[in-house]
Amino acid sequence: MATGIKDKVAILGMGCSKFGERWDQEADDLMVEAFEEALGDAGVEKNQINAAWLATAIEEQHVGKSGVPLAVALRLPYIPVTRVENYCASGSEAFRGAVYAVASGACDIALAMGVEKLKDTGYGGLPQRGRGVLNSMYWPNLSAPGSFAQLAAAYRAKHGVSADELKRAMAHVSVKSHDNGSRNPKAHLRNKVDEETVLKAPLVAAPLGLYDCCGVSDGAACAIVTTPEIAKSLGKRDLVSVKALQLSVSNGVEAQHNSWDGSYFATTRIAAKRAYDEAGIGNPREELNLIEVHDCFSITELVTMEDLHISSEGGAIADVLDGFYDAGGTIPCQIDGGLKCFGHPIGASGLRMIYEMYLQMLGRAGARQRADAPRYGLTHNLGGFPHQNVCSVSIVGRYES
Amino acid sequence: MAGITAYGGYIPRLRLSRKSMVDANSWANSALKGQAKAERSMCNWDEDSLTMAVEAGRDCLTAQPRDSIAAVYLASTSLPFDDRLNAGIAVAALNLPGGVRTLDITASQRAGTSGLIAALQAVAGEDGPLLYLAAEKRRAKGGSPLELSSGDGAAALLLGPGDGIARLLGSHSQAVDFIDHYRGQGRQFDYVWEERWIRDEGYLKIVPPVLAALLEKTGVKASEIAHFCLPCTLGRVTPAIAKTLGIAEEAVRDNLHAACGETGTAHALVMLVRALEESKPGEKILVAGFGQGCDALLFETTAALKTLAPRLGIKGSLARRKAETNYNKFLAFNDLVTVEKGMRAEVDKQTALSTLYRKRDMLTGLIGGRCEKCGTVQFPKSNVCVNPNCNALHSQIDRPFAEMGGRVNSFTADLLTYCPDPPAHYGMVQFAEGGRMMMDFTDVDTGSIEVGMPMRMMFRVKEYDPVRGFTKYFWKAAPAAAQA
Repeated sequence: MATGIKDKVAILGMGCSKFGERWDQEADDLMVEAFEEALGDAGVEKNQINAAWLATAIEEQHVGKSGVPLAVALRLPYIPVTRVENYCASGSEAFRGAVYAVASGACDIALAMGVEKLKDTGYGGLPQRGRGVLNSMYWPNLSAPGSFAQLAAAYRAKHGVSADELKRAMAHVSVKSHDNGSRNPKAHLRNKVDEETVLKAPLVAAPLGLYDCCGVSDGAACAIVTTPEIAKSLGKRDLVSVKALQLSVSNGVEAQHNSWDGSYFATTRIAAKRAYDEAGIGNPREELNLIEVHDCFSITELVTMEDLHISSEGGAIADVLDGFYDAGGTIPCQIDGGLKCFGHPIGASGLRMIYEMYLQMLGRAGARQRADAPRYGLTHNLGGFPHQNVCSVSIVGRYES
Repeated sequence: MAGITAYGGYIPRLRLSRKSMVDANSWANSALKGQAKAERSMCNWDEDSLTMAVEAGRDCLTAQPRDSIAAVYLASTSLPFDDRLNAGIAVAALNLPGGVRTLDITASQRAGTSGLIAALQAVAGEDGPLLYLAAEKRRAKGGSPLELSSGDGAAALLLGPGDGIARLLGSHSQAVDFIDHYRGQGRQFDYVWEERWIRDEGYLKIVPPVLAALLEKTGVKASEIAHFCLPCTLGRVTPAIAKTLGIAEEAVRDNLHAACGETGTAHALVMLVRALEESKPGEKILVAGFGQGCDALLFETTAALKTLAPRLGIKGSLARRKAETNYNKFLAFNDLVTVEKGMRAEVDKQTALSTLYRKRDMLTGLIGGRCEKCGTVQFPKSNVCVNPNCNALHSQIDRPFAEMGGRVNSFTADLLTYCPDPPAHYGMVQFAEGGRMMMDFTDVDTGSIEVGMPMRMMFRVKEYDPVRGFTKYFWKAAPAAAQA
């Protein structure tokens, strides 16, 4: 019987580059920037790392395939390096690989690195890319905003919500994230915006306007993990440990079977339940203190509040408008600015979320630090499309908490 | 004996106002000013002669069995492929039996009627019905009179050995190498000679003797003709020919210049379908086609005409209308001007022909699967049933989706992704008997879509591969209400 990952692995050190339009930086520069911070934080030598995982999603746009780009960038000493790709959940996948390696006892210390260099495409938004030979022959030429925008249509139909009411709640999500991002020196977007600006912004994919969409950024983030015992032996106190790592992947039911109504993420609902079980959380609304979710679009964040079983079904609009998820609210969501403003270098995003949890739990989050350092924090990534996606839900928390 | 057993028609929904065309071009040719009247039909960016032929074919096959069809002929001078059987694509899109005979008929504006004569001759001694398709999307230079007078459209006739709804009384043809216009190999555009010469030496001298010979051959008096269909964009030619022969003035059919323009080699058939829509049993219809000679066919409608199941036809397609006043859009759709498409249009669009062949039923025929264990209808057909309570292996049989209506489950209007006519509308369509698909929408107006809206499938161009000259086809969802 599996016992789960809870408290088997601790974070030894973390690092994150500044996210944004890093015109003067290559992917390897960004990886080094994140790694230097993490290694200094961990207080170990590079040659103490036994294995590494590299996450990049759109590798053809920057570093290319395989684990080699990470090994070369950091001059890793011929250790195992595995490249992982699982859409926008890639960063969480690298973390899972490193954590599992330590938990298995195969490694003492492992590295998870995520990086994406997205600003070399020549245009805004995610790069246009192939979807596979057969898929390209019949899928619509769907963009990320175009696929996620459809949540709004289905959500409105299901819950009888007017277009204006939903759009206003979506605007609150974005205004809140911009406000949070303004307090984060590493964030891509640090400007505050008001609701009117958000509502009047030009449309990207109806009903999503410009401010309903997250930034597309360059950046890297990494984690060095080990066992709690080794961490203590290295003199670490106030450990942050892994409580749950879950992944749920669509099997075609949402895309091909009429049991899904299009208004929610079937994968998130399943992954969240499993993560709460693994972490021993009975009531997420009461027990979680901080969440970082995959707010690629405002509507995604809104419905995810329900899919994580924090807001009731149909209740996210009220919670959002009540400020439940604001920085000063009960469970802040995207206190670092989120994908929306911290930015979204795909491979790095999952690790960036854990980085924020780690900082907040250790009281190192600067101007955006929660007064009461959180005990349990949840991170959530979605990759793909609402009708066919990869969803990761991770929970970290203070060790022995 | 042979006759027409059913008809169908298709005119694209977009109608370009000729005023917009003349306003844009009369600075260079002031003679166009007198032609700024009414409108011409215009293909959407994702329509061509083949997609129109398929739609006309589907309309024609309304309430008709498809598995008995023995042959498909396709007439057009604007087929998407010079060397790839175009009629074969129509066979696959229409899910017709594999054993059908096929033929592309082309190279003259008379191809539509010449092919029809050949098809009627063939069907008289054949073992099954022949589906005859004619479609045209003529390419003309910007600002040319041909661009103004042409329209895009298609017609379809189901032919059989019996009398059907209109029996063939006879036909007559004459070949004359009269070059009113021509298009040389590899050339994009027609070269046209003087209109007065075409009228006086062409139509007025070549057509009447052919019609007279047919009337004599069939023993039918000109005064008995109830409907006279002769496409001609030159003013007063058709009435003049009718008068010469003694055909009643009221028998001269409207050439549809005001409604859609002349649909090239399909137009004689478009006019014939329009005539059949308004005919009473026992009426005689004279159809003629002009182009390096002349064809004439004489039909007599039967009592069965009144029992034909309702269909869109030309009348219904003309009613399914969306006015377009942006001539620039017409130029862009027809690649007559180089427009900025943005970097997102630069993605390589190569088609793996081996994949297309392997998946041709799915991609061209829109055939999905039905699980024989649990009954779940699904797309695409797969090895493992998608029903989470079934998941049976290798349990699916073919289930065609094209004629199954669906409803919108979710949708968007996307301004980011590349689309020749932004925003790109697409969404999840849920089918009446099961199955769903994230698919492109077409022929929709921004702001008009709602969850639950009924949609019907249409065969359309998925995308063009300009590097390799390949056209990819797939099915899209269009509002079903507009069909009524």
